[in-house]
Amino acid sequence: MNAEPLVNPVVLFFASIFTSNILLSNFLGMCSFISISKDKTSANGLGLAVTVVMTICAAVSWLVLRYVILPLDIEYLSFIIFIIVIAAVVQMLEMIIDRVSPALYMSLGIFLPLITVNCAILGAILFMQIRSYGFLQAVTFGAGSGLGWWLAIMLLASIRKRTENNPVPAGLKGAGITMVTIGFMAMAFIGFSGMIAVQ
Amino acid sequence: MSGKAGKILKDNLWTNNPIFIQILGICSTLAVTNSVRNTLIMTVGVSLATAFSSLTLSAMQAAIPRKVRMIVQVLVISFYVILIDIVLRAYLPDVSKQLGPYVGLIITNCIIMGRAEAFAAANKPFLSFWDGLTSGLGYMAVLVSIAVVREVLGFGSLLGFRVMPQGFEPWTIMIMAPSAFFLVAFVMWWAKTVQAKAAVKAAAAKAGPKPAPAKA
Repeated sequence: MNAEPLVNPVVLFFASIFTSNILLSNFLGMCSFISISKDKTSANGLGLAVTVVMTICAAVSWLVLRYVILPLDIEYLSFIIFIIVIAAVVQMLEMIIDRVSPALYMSLGIFLPLITVNCAILGAILFMQIRSYGFLQAVTFGAGSGLGWWLAIMLLASIRKRTENNPVPAGLKGAGITMVTIGFMAMAFIGFSGMIAVQ
Repeated sequence: MSGKAGKILKDNLWTNNPIFIQILGICSTLAVTNSVRNTLIMTVGVSLATAFSSLTLSAMQAAIPRKVRMIVQVLVISFYVILIDIVLRAYLPDVSKQLGPYVGLIITNCIIMGRAEAFAAANKPFLSFWDGLTSGLGYMAVLVSIAVVREVLGFGSLLGFRVMPQGFEPWTIMIMAPSAFFLVAFVMWWAKTVQAKAAVKAAAAKAGPKPAPAKA
């Protein structure tokens, strides 16, 4: 295993929210991002779910990587193991939330299964593995990426709401204009990139 | 049979293209579209993974209990993606390094799951294989054309060879994330406009067997 990169976990946290937003600079989690961003309530629910799952998955899969995958030398199986970790975390969260707070389950429940195949989660884990983050770095990176994703989807949902009735060329309607909007958002976020770096 | 295969080809490449109509699976591959070489390798990987996953899942559909269908799909897909990753690491180590996590992310590419669910679950293995492969080709066509624009304008090169004149100032924006979003939007715009025009023409042809002279 390579040495941990010398990044302060706090810096990493903010970097992963703003300058290296997992959605706007790494294009992860686009599918659900585009289909769910039509209204703010569901965008909010999905964003919250992604943030929670991503933080927990980053921590759990760091532990699995360090104490199971590396000692047993089964790195070639890491994709499958990470997918199973995500599925298990999502399943468990679903059960816990259902037991503890049925109200939250009602608003979050439908999004949880969607998350298993959200590329942002697996992406964050794979970035963590490749950049060989330490435990604290992995957790702050996971939390930051989740929050960044949440922020991005809320912004997009608000913009889409405002521009819903604006005149748009017929061919650009729907997904096309959404992509243009995301492009402008990405430019704004990248504007910060000189300040802090993620690795 | 061949008529059906031809229809699938046309559907996946044009009328129901995964990128500009279904808007699936753009996640993992946009990030590598600033270089044509990486995009080609990545999209070939996606096509093969889709084709073989569809083939396998369609062949075993009778044996999979409904309840665990999702997880079986994911496991089959990851199996093929791991093969792709190992092959890339062995034969193209530098590309594998540049692609980084995006090879693994083929697993969560929605196209593969989408085809497995929408087509392979209800069709014969061979046809599913063809459907997966052509979906991958439709995906490849769009992404490679985006990659060509980005690499030529962003680095002044194509597949690593210099194509722009010496004094050409590279467009930095083209190698950064926003340009990919704008270019996808342009492709969608173009495709939808062309399709809308074709639809109007087809409707007009159907309405009147003898088309009246154009009235501007």
